[in-house]
Amino acid sequence: MEHYWQEIGALTMRWVKRLSREKFSMLFTLVQPMLFWLIFFGNLFQRTADVQVTQAPNYISFLAAGVVVMTVLNNGLAGGVDLLFDKENGFLERLMSTPIHRSSVILSRFLFVMTITSLQVLVILGVAFLFDVHPATGLLGVATILLIGMMFGVGLTAISMAMAFSVKSHGDFFSVLGFLSLPMIFLSSALVPLAAMPGWMSFLAKFNPMTWAIDAVRPLILSGWSEALPHVGMVVVVMLVFDALCLYGGAKAFRRAMG
Amino acid sequence: MDRAIAIDVSRLCKSYESHKAVDDISFQVYSGEIFGLLGPNGAGKSTTLRTLITLLHPTSGSAAVFGHDTVREADLVRTLIGYVPQERAIDRFLTGREHLELLGALYHLSKEEAAKRIDELLTLVDLNAHADRPAKTYSGGMKRKLDIACGLLPNPRILFLDEPTLGLDVQSRLRIWEYVRMLKARGLTVVMTTNYLDEADQLCDRLAIIDGGKIKTLGSPAELKIALGGDIVSLTLKETDRTAGLEAALKHQPAITSVRTTDKGLDIRVESPEKALPAILEAANRLGCSIEFIQYNRPRLDDVFIAHTGRAITESVPQAEST
Repeated sequence: MEHYWQEIGALTMRWVKRLSREKFSMLFTLVQPMLFWLIFFGNLFQRTADVQVTQAPNYISFLAAGVVVMTVLNNGLAGGVDLLFDKENGFLERLMSTPIHRSSVILSRFLFVMTITSLQVLVILGVAFLFDVHPATGLLGVATILLIGMMFGVGLTAISMAMAFSVKSHGDFFSVLGFLSLPMIFLSSALVPLAAMPGWMSFLAKFNPMTWAIDAVRPLILSGWSEALPHVGMVVVVMLVFDALCLYGGAKAFRRAMG
Repeated sequence: MDRAIAIDVSRLCKSYESHKAVDDISFQVYSGEIFGLLGPNGAGKSTTLRTLITLLHPTSGSAAVFGHDTVREADLVRTLIGYVPQERAIDRFLTGREHLELLGALYHLSKEEAAKRIDELLTLVDLNAHADRPAKTYSGGMKRKLDIACGLLPNPRILFLDEPTLGLDVQSRLRIWEYVRMLKARGLTVVMTTNYLDEADQLCDRLAIIDGGKIKTLGSPAELKIALGGDIVSLTLKETDRTAGLEAALKHQPAITSVRTTDKGLDIRVESPEKALPAILEAANRLGCSIEFIQYNRPRLDDVFIAHTGRAITESVPQAEST
């Protein structure tokens, strides 16, 4: 067990060191493009968005929950990229030829991606705060939002890693990534509530785990505990199923690639 | 054989779908030797190596390292071996020292023990001055040295090198060869793959020529060359009408193994050129054959390769790295 922690600690620190070596990359990791969605998109559609439809004081406060979950989505889906490069340049093989527990590499990646995602979500909520979006449920609500983000992120990162272990080239990886991410966003309640969508879109959006996450995060920001709690309870169940499926698939892909 | 066996590969097969990458190979590596797996790209040498370092499971057959099965006792095997993958297996953003520290933790060394070993290794491969620079600033030769230091960090009993000098310039290659010889002198067993004939010839105590997933031949470079039947003396004769007579006269000379007529003269395989040459000249003189040209060839590993695989090895000329 002590060995296990030593391995995970060293491997996680490797990701941290890599990030800290790239000053620009670190800056843009925290001041991320997702902020543009909140600041520009949020303010741009301020007057176009109907308050009756969004059921929020203004569009930016409606959008905040969507941007938080979009951040989780992007980070999660990109979470396997570094492992993909490790696989391609043989570094992964070097790690695997050492007497480490096979899961250490994966766990270190989860730990790192979850930490970065949480920091980014806090930055998003901080910027939203500057635009007068104050989470109705307070700090405990923020903690709950982070927890939901992590539950969603684990499954997404598992999908990403499974892809990293399965694809033939990193070109394939990025094509699939680009192809997945936009429909996931449009077919969710990130930008518009389900009720305001064309029927076929809202139907599809109901099967998107992202919708469930946003529908729980949004009342935590806009309404309060009494409205949020049922949604939070629901999203925990949805995410447990989602994560279980993704982790199962990820473990299979990993074993195939390493066997 | 009274030598200790470091690696025992028995009827190893590895298939990918219908393709047989390694097809029923068996060999042994003795403790303390440099053993080479020589073959063109895609011959199965890397697959064999990856099986030995526990990264691949054989489809059938088995491999054992110091008596420990690479599948059932993978964790134990991993503590006995060091692995040097191909050159690019380096994290550009980490410094040389950080690479070694990471591996130190993965081999479960204490901080103090790791620090001590890292200092020794950096000195050994002469990277002390550059240890705290990110690896992206390293030249190809420096990356290779770091690779070797990484492979030696666990203090292994066997070091596996995958194409150790692929893409390196000439000086760096010679440098790496020096290290490998030094490691052997320290008692380490070394197993390497290569597709450079000169590297196999210079460095390996014994080697297996692999092609199409099978071992075509195995032995020391000298044995393999001798097995071809010795050196060749080629005669070009001014008139070819007396060739048959000369052939008959030479056939049963003591130092000559075989004589073959060619379109210009004769190809004579000899056991020792010192004894054979005077005999050849004397016979030619006696029969009045005037010799236009004598060529004397010692078989090279290239000839061994061609004799066993039916073709020349591809990419046998190293290409220097341009960076």
